[in-house]
Amino acid sequence: MTKWLEEHTPKLVLAPSFIAILVFVYGFIAWTAWVSLTRSRLLPRYEIEGFIQYERLFDSPRWDTALNNLFIFGLLFILIAMFLGLILAILLDQNIRTEGAIRTIYLYPMALSMIVTGTAWKWILNPGLGIEAMVRSWGFEDFTFDWLVNPEMAIYTVVLAAIWQSSGFVMALFLAGLRSVDGEIIKAAQVDGIPTWRVYTAIIIPSMAPIFLSAFIVLSHLAIKSFDLVIALTGGGPGYATDLPATYMYAMAFSRGDIGQAASSAMIMMMVVFAIVVPYLYSELRSKDG
Amino acid sequence: MADLSMTQGVRQSQASKIALRWLLYSLLVLFALFYLMPLFVMITTSLKSLDEIRTGDLIALPREVTFDAWSTAWSSACTGIQCEGVRPYFWNSVLIAIPAVAISTLLGAMNGYVVAQWRFRGANIIFSLMLFGCFIPFQVVLLPMARTLGIMGIAGTIPGLIFVHVIYGLGFTTLFFRNFYVSIPAELTKAAKVDGAGFFRIFWSIFLPLSLPIIVVTVIWQFTQIWNDFLFGVSFSQAGTQPVTVALNNIVNSTTGVKEYNVDMAAAIIAALPTLFVYVVAGKYFIRGLTAGSVKG
Amino acid sequence: MSPILEINNLYKNYGSTEILKDINVSIEPGDFLVLVGPSGCGKSTLLNCIAGLEPITSGSLKIGGQDMTHVSPKDRDIAMVFQSYALYPTMSVAKNITFGMKVRGVDQATQERKLAQVAQQLQIEPLLNRRPGQLSGGQRQRVAMGRALVRDPKLFLFDEPLSNLDAKLRVEMRTEIKALHHNLGASMVYVTHDQIEAMTLATKIVVMKGGVIQQIGSPSEIYNRPANLFVADFMGSPAMNLIPAKVRKNGAGTHIEITRKDGVPIVLTDTKTENLPEDVILGVRPEDIADPAVRIGGHAQEAECLIDMVEPAGADTFAVMQLGGKHVTARLHAETTARPGQLQKLAFDLGKVSYFAPDTGLRLN
Repeated sequence: MTKWLEEHTPKLVLAPSFIAILVFVYGFIAWTAWVSLTRSRLLPRYEIEGFIQYERLFDSPRWDTALNNLFIFGLLFILIAMFLGLILAILLDQNIRTEGAIRTIYLYPMALSMIVTGTAWKWILNPGLGIEAMVRSWGFEDFTFDWLVNPEMAIYTVVLAAIWQSSGFVMALFLAGLRSVDGEIIKAAQVDGIPTWRVYTAIIIPSMAPIFLSAFIVLSHLAIKSFDLVIALTGGGPGYATDLPATYMYAMAFSRGDIGQAASSAMIMMMVVFAIVVPYLYSELRSKDG
Repeated sequence: MADLSMTQGVRQSQASKIALRWLLYSLLVLFALFYLMPLFVMITTSLKSLDEIRTGDLIALPREVTFDAWSTAWSSACTGIQCEGVRPYFWNSVLIAIPAVAISTLLGAMNGYVVAQWRFRGANIIFSLMLFGCFIPFQVVLLPMARTLGIMGIAGTIPGLIFVHVIYGLGFTTLFFRNFYVSIPAELTKAAKVDGAGFFRIFWSIFLPLSLPIIVVTVIWQFTQIWNDFLFGVSFSQAGTQPVTVALNNIVNSTTGVKEYNVDMAAAIIAALPTLFVYVVAGKYFIRGLTAGSVKG
Repeated sequence: MSPILEINNLYKNYGSTEILKDINVSIEPGDFLVLVGPSGCGKSTLLNCIAGLEPITSGSLKIGGQDMTHVSPKDRDIAMVFQSYALYPTMSVAKNITFGMKVRGVDQATQERKLAQVAQQLQIEPLLNRRPGQLSGGQRQRVAMGRALVRDPKLFLFDEPLSNLDAKLRVEMRTEIKALHHNLGASMVYVTHDQIEAMTLATKIVVMKGGVIQQIGSPSEIYNRPANLFVADFMGSPAMNLIPAKVRKNGAGTHIEITRKDGVPIVLTDTKTENLPEDVILGVRPEDIADPAVRIGGHAQEAECLIDMVEPAGADTFAVMQLGGKHVTARLHAETTARPGQLQKLAFDLGKVSYFAPDTGLRLN
């Protein structure tokens, strides 16, 4: 008995966590998947009826807006945050004396809650007293900057705030990548008389491909999960103009009482995440096993 | 002649170098201003009176510093029908975060120790499944979790939120400790086994004393995640048990009465203070957690 | 006296891969057994099986006459020194050495007495309060030895303990381990990939390859009478020359015919060898091909060899030539007259040669 216990202690220690993950992650995904195939409304029902919820979902103009927004938001957020992060990392890589302090400033938004970020930008961007009012008070009476309340432009305020929050983090990733490039290669290039900008474009940046991939994965993951920022900044509005799948799902689940729609939209979100993350994680785990 | 043109060339490149340096530093300062501006605006706004906000400039320093907004935000701002400020919710967040961080870190340490040092058949698959669990969008578990918490009788309670944060934090905490312990040679465990130590003894006497850096990283990561959480907080709490992020959102978006921007800003800073404090004090570990959480391994 | 360690028909599989196949070894008390072989030959796995750190798939294992096949490491009465030393990084040297006793509940006074004794024996008293991180490689090695010594076990296990030291220190520690074995009279099992370490330390050597034991024997048996081509090639530096040769029976003796680089064969006559097949591989150690003036004896056979290269190495000079299509090294004295490109008369000591079958690689004589 003690011998058996001795041999199986590691498994027994891991078991509770593993079972919890099995039930609360995989079991719950299965539950949501199941319910998304039923006619559930206010209460869940368990008779499978096929893909009616998904049909309803894709017929809904609000979901359509949410998906469109996710596309615009995701694309701009990822591209700009990566570009900005890379530029900042390269700028900071030039033997800057105050690097530590500057890095701290660029990165602190990452420590904030999205709700705080949303609250701050909501105040800065509000046309009545924010930037618009400020510039007008400087004498530019016709200046307008009303993105926050303009249904056409409101989604870009979400992009702006999200970039403000996350680009410093991308910079930290890239900076670590730049520092890990073999110094001898750079020295060899300098001896060959290759100008600095070519060293970056031809040698350093191509060798950072894995970091670009990581940054892309993290940012797209953040984009798809974005919920709090929209809630705090625009509340999904004006109207539904800045709805994202995450806010759509939440509205269906907790204010509309439409469990079927909530489940099916959650499943779509999960499929998008998995389509991006699973191949990445799979290759990471495989390469590590070797 | 040749010498002269040489020195001229050097001088010219010297001058352009200095110009480039200037350009570089001004760019860096410009970006620093971009990142600092919202914090600056938040702080100055929170120190102004409402009158000054209406008449003054967004980025102007307060003409008259007043802490009224702070005391209102802390103890009497309205989060809907209640008007007790963010104070009770701040303490809710503390009550949620401390046990959730402690439990998930401890479990993660044990799990990581097993996965890294006591490999058994199937351990890798179990670890992969736990890791994939980190990446699901939590929307997919919201509905069944709400029902489960109800069945367990902890719906809308602080223990319920602790439970949720522990469960969905496990993947990351396990990952952190696993990656740390994997770099410790397996011979250490073997030597301790020959010395007669068992599973828990080896963990307690040898691995735990080594783990301070990774414990700090994990605690900071978990604390930031849980403190800043909004989705679980807004989904699984009720009037008295909301965390500070939910309360802040309610204050900002409450439609009753006059909009008090200075109170909003003060409340936002209060909600941000604990994680900002951690970032300032232990930024190195904070960044390490961020990068460890994104670049696997 | 019963063997201190006895391994019978031990097999070890990882999934469907066989790591160790039919291992049978036994050693007497006081033996110094060295497991030697190239990396991946299974020698470290075998040591881990003896320690109980790896379960074995089938077979049995006895230590001190007791069946230990399924006993956990702590109850096997063994101590082990690891390649990386595996010192507990957060404990002082003293705590490292006494940790095992503490776990087993040995009383404080005994712990201190034994610690003092071992510290004195290994001359590490000044280090007792330091952390492993503050020690040099050689000092860590000593502490690891101390941790094993304090246990006073039936069997000491060493897993390549010297491979992380620089060359000079390695030789010093080798001598010290040998002295330790001599003074303690303890039984030891020692894993190494370094055949010189094996030769200098062992009373008994096990040569392994691909999870299979190739030969068990005393250092001189292994060196002088290798059981097959692998052992012949692996043990000794420079390696034994393995020269393809033809055998022609001729009255009382046997002619061994070897092709020289220029096509002219050299013929050696072995008077005592009988029953050799027509094709053999002749195994001859470099020191058994010598200047005729040095090597004069009953079995010495002279032959003219075409020298390709001469490599002076201080005490000796190595001459390299091509025989039977292989590079052959001869160990000549420093003042040899051999010059590259010239014919040189060399003496082959046929009393010490080995013959191997080219197909099976097994020893014939």
